[in-house]
Amino acid sequence: MRGILLSFLAFMLLNPAAAARGTGDLGLFIERASSSVQIVETSGNTSIASVDGLGDLSHASVVYSRDARYAYVFGRDGGLSKVDILDAKLSGRTLQSGNSIGGAISQDGRLVAVSNYKPGGVKVFNADTLELVADIPATYGSNQQRSKVIGLVDAPGHKFVFSLWDADEIWVLDMSQQTRPEIQKFKAIGRNPYDALITSDGRYYIAGLFGEDGMALLDLWNLAAGVKRILPNYGRGEQKLPVYKMPHLEGWAVAGDLAFVPAVGRHEVLVINMRDWQEAGRIKVHGQPIFVMARPDGRQVWVNFALPDNDTIQVIDTQSLEIVRQLKPGKGVLHMEFEPRGEEVWLSVRDEGRVEVYDTHTFERKTSIPASKPSGIFFTARAHRIGL
Amino acid sequence: MTRSFWLALSFLVAAPLGANDSISSSRQADLRNLLIQDCGSCHGLQMKGGLGPALLPRMLQGKSAEYLSRVILDGRPGTAMPPWRSLLTPVEARWMADRLLQEDL
Ligand code: HEC
Repeated sequence: MRGILLSFLAFMLLNPAAAARGTGDLGLFIERASSSVQIVETSGNTSIASVDGLGDLSHASVVYSRDARYAYVFGRDGGLSKVDILDAKLSGRTLQSGNSIGGAISQDGRLVAVSNYKPGGVKVFNADTLELVADIPATYGSNQQRSKVIGLVDAPGHKFVFSLWDADEIWVLDMSQQTRPEIQKFKAIGRNPYDALITSDGRYYIAGLFGEDGMALLDLWNLAAGVKRILPNYGRGEQKLPVYKMPHLEGWAVAGDLAFVPAVGRHEVLVINMRDWQEAGRIKVHGQPIFVMARPDGRQVWVNFALPDNDTIQVIDTQSLEIVRQLKPGKGVLHMEFEPRGEEVWLSVRDEGRVEVYDTHTFERKTSIPASKPSGIFFTARAHRIGL
Repeated sequence: MTRSFWLALSFLVAAPLGANDSISSSRQADLRNLLIQDCGSCHGLQMKGGLGPALLPRMLQGKSAEYLSRVILDGRPGTAMPPWRSLLTPVEARWMADRLLQEDL
């Protein structure tokens, strides 16, 4: 039945006589177990098609072309796939490395960059053709070892910024001249950066550190000032809990001057005052936070957790800094994505095989969509946001 | 209950390691899911590596199941490999080590 429905929809989408359609309310989610994505629409909250053949999608992430028609899917096996979400088909794919972790699209939409674990480095591709434009090996040290690369984001000025897990460095890659990439390196930024984010204005790049306390901050408007350490005293001397899953820094959970980030190895969300980059509070939460994401209006922050607490979501009110709601969507809540204006949020519940949609005001569950080990959820509104 | 329960159990179940039949089949299914999905988040869904090294049988050649289960239970301090002792019993860790040594997941 679903098959018939899907082929009908595919026919509708492919048939030029069918009504033209915008992509502003479209998106997709990753199905880890079946190497596929389901294309969804957020006006009626339905799944409209699926595309498979995308390889190993553990830890897969997605960026969108500026026309919000194509999704670039970065797979764990080094696969970079370009999915046409209107026609629900794969329109390009390249196996660009042995092992990759994420990617970004340039300001002008012409370049797609991928960060690789193995061999460690960044590769930059033509967004139309997926042809290789630049290969930037992440070499460091006297015998030119290669580092795993994490926390790759786009930044204004045709730049990409990323961090080197093994080398403790942040690199700023300027692609203004495609044939002559320029790299500026910042060294000794702190032990083992595990992920990074860029503020929505494209100004501050912040890497979380796994190997020591604090975070590394780079002001892209003032590169000469170098990398500054923030929250340096956070948790010093305290015994950390085992970290079963690396937290993610994605987007930037901001409300007013306050930013919210996951603490590593602690049952806490950290609050940072962005005026002076000082710690403004710690919120005790249910487990070790993985994603700490603000509703687009900044009034709520939603948090999910690592094992063994990954069946739970907590919602923080950003005015009172208190937890106002706890939800138990089911085992393996991996990711969440707000609809563009925040009235609803989608959650992937991996071990239950469902993607669920909740109302963010009433906290009621609106819909549940069957899925095969769903993980990341990505809506097209990301196409027009710096760093996403 | 879970954490303190498993912790208590991990002290009770001292020996004999490697007795697979002492793990119920439903727990085995949970463990397999944990191995693929949660260990996989660092080692890759097919154990081909990620933040953590690849754990394919041919790469683990020469390493004993005892050694591997000890790494699983105690982790590797100073690296990203966490200790799983509060979530897994020694028997369960051994079961996972055997899967890693014997199977392409
Ligand atoms: C947060 C990331 C992470 C998770 C989750 C993780 N590991 Fe690891 N693991 C690592 C890293 C990093 C190493 C390498 C440590 C080192 O440098 O010595 C490692 C090493 C190992 C080793 C030693 C391999 C060898 O050849 O010595 C084994 C075995 C292992 N992991 C099994 C597991 C199992 C089983 C699980 C799930 C129960 C798991 N790991 C979950 C990061 C992780």
